[in-house]
Amino acid sequence: MSEMAATRDGYGQALLELADNPKVVVLEADLGKSTKSLHFKKKYPARTFSCGIGEQNMLLTGAGLAASGYIPFASTFAIFTERAFEQMRNGVARPNLAVHLCGSHGGTHTGTDGSSAQSIEDLAIYRTLPNVVVMHPSDYVSTLELTKQLPELNKPSYMRTARNKTPVMYRGRESEIVIGKGITLRQGTDVAIIACGVLVSESMKAAEELAAKGINATVVDMHTLKPLDSDLINSLVSQCGAIVTAEDHNVIGGLGGAVAEHLVKNTFAPLEMVGVEDRFGESGQSDEMLEVMKINSKYIEQAAHRAIARKS
Amino acid sequence: MALSISELEEFARKCRVEIVKMVYRAQAGHPGGSLSEIDLISALYATRMRVRPDQPKWEDRDRFILSKGHASPGMYAVLAEMGFITHEDLHSYRVLGGKCQGHVDMKWCPGVDFSAGSLGMGLSFGLGCAMAARLDNSERRAFVMLGDGEIQEGSVWEAAMAAAHHEVGNLKVILDRNRIQNDDFCEAQMRMFDIPAKWRAFGWEVKEIDGHNMEEVMSGLDFLEATNDKPSILIAHTIKGAGVSFMEDNPAFHGAAPNDEQFAQAMAELGEVVA
Repeated sequence: MSEMAATRDGYGQALLELADNPKVVVLEADLGKSTKSLHFKKKYPARTFSCGIGEQNMLLTGAGLAASGYIPFASTFAIFTERAFEQMRNGVARPNLAVHLCGSHGGTHTGTDGSSAQSIEDLAIYRTLPNVVVMHPSDYVSTLELTKQLPELNKPSYMRTARNKTPVMYRGRESEIVIGKGITLRQGTDVAIIACGVLVSESMKAAEELAAKGINATVVDMHTLKPLDSDLINSLVSQCGAIVTAEDHNVIGGLGGAVAEHLVKNTFAPLEMVGVEDRFGESGQSDEMLEVMKINSKYIEQAAHRAIARKS
Repeated sequence: MALSISELEEFARKCRVEIVKMVYRAQAGHPGGSLSEIDLISALYATRMRVRPDQPKWEDRDRFILSKGHASPGMYAVLAEMGFITHEDLHSYRVLGGKCQGHVDMKWCPGVDFSAGSLGMGLSFGLGCAMAARLDNSERRAFVMLGDGEIQEGSVWEAAMAAAHHEVGNLKVILDRNRIQNDDFCEAQMRMFDIPAKWRAFGWEVKEIDGHNMEEVMSGLDFLEATNDKPSILIAHTIKGAGVSFMEDNPAFHGAAPNDEQFAQAMAELGEVVA
């Protein structure tokens, strides 16, 4: 079995590695143990601010720090960032202040905490905000690398991380990881699977199953949903002619929505979207949830067959 | 700037005239809360704020955060008196492309340090500015103006708790207690009971003044400047629409413009000769 690690641990490690920059500060809302900002807090208590269980205040305290030359990293569960959505909209995105918000425990993969903790709409809502970069990395290494690039961004961001472990894919490939650039993990010409987060490894499994049946799939890790790597999507359309998107998120407004918006305006290809079908989750193990929600490798493979069948 | 009490009163009177003119020209806006806050902001800028009008982004400036951002005409009038913007700029209030957006906005107007418009947000932002100053070992302060209706927003109390917890003594608040909010008197919309006791219970140092008596305003600002071991709040009892008789204590002028006749009366009452 390959190495497994949680993307939230990549975020925690990145904060430590960013600490040499004295302008980097961390804000917490009583979930630092979960989002993994606790390591930074232990080592740099003077640059860490507990905001108590108060997400709205956390976002705007971050905005004030950003307006004063600091680079704030604020985190809580993905679902609780949404409580401060208007603060993110009016206090952070609108004045374009570089507050970096991380929502951990995103998606139904979060598991047994149940539906109240399984954000399936975070990527959609943050994608609607001007100025905000939206990311959902798939593994420990890419989360680490993307987080480390944030201080150079000079605009606000939202990153979803996951609670549970996923395969580590990018050891030794750190230089390929760049905000806004999708990563092609596998080349094929029959269908392109564009995935994010925990469904990237599921998409790789689906591609192996397809290969056993003589179907060659491209797999892309689209860790940045906004700005979307539209050049890459255009090349996938001409190379494969059929697209599948895969995400642990509502099919409305997330990665599938972003790709669909691009396709209808540019170059047509049949698109099948694998995602949560507009319903809430429940308590269950991560693998059980991917099955209940019909978003694991089996369903991605089925979607690939449907997409290929729709090629004209 | 060392201004006498009478000079400060004249500063505020000129601002009142500009407030009414701005709202009259735009035929929209918020005169009531601008007139209630104006003596406070005038004294704050004219005698306390460490700012450089010719260098509005000077890093070590004090920050002023108008959290009740709809009362923007008051702030624009003061910024014009101070020289951050021109009096001609005041004609851009609520006009497409203008520096003077409907609600104060740091992206549009020199001297504005916060993009307001949604109530309950400024105190948290000021807290962040004050924490940044502390990290920088700077003497700069963050002054935040809150409305009284505004403190019905729950997030204000998140910020109040956090500021006291972190002992952010360079965070200084002025509460414009004008007793009226958008729809009606605060007492009718949401009773707030003992406001000073609430802030004390949250760990703040509190002082109450008459927000239209310039000597009391100055002593209130002394209190804010002298309190540095914990966050402090000056609760200023004011009159919505102060200075224009038909606007005073009148919920209708929270967000309404005067007509021609009312404008002429307001100018006369404020001692302004209009050609």
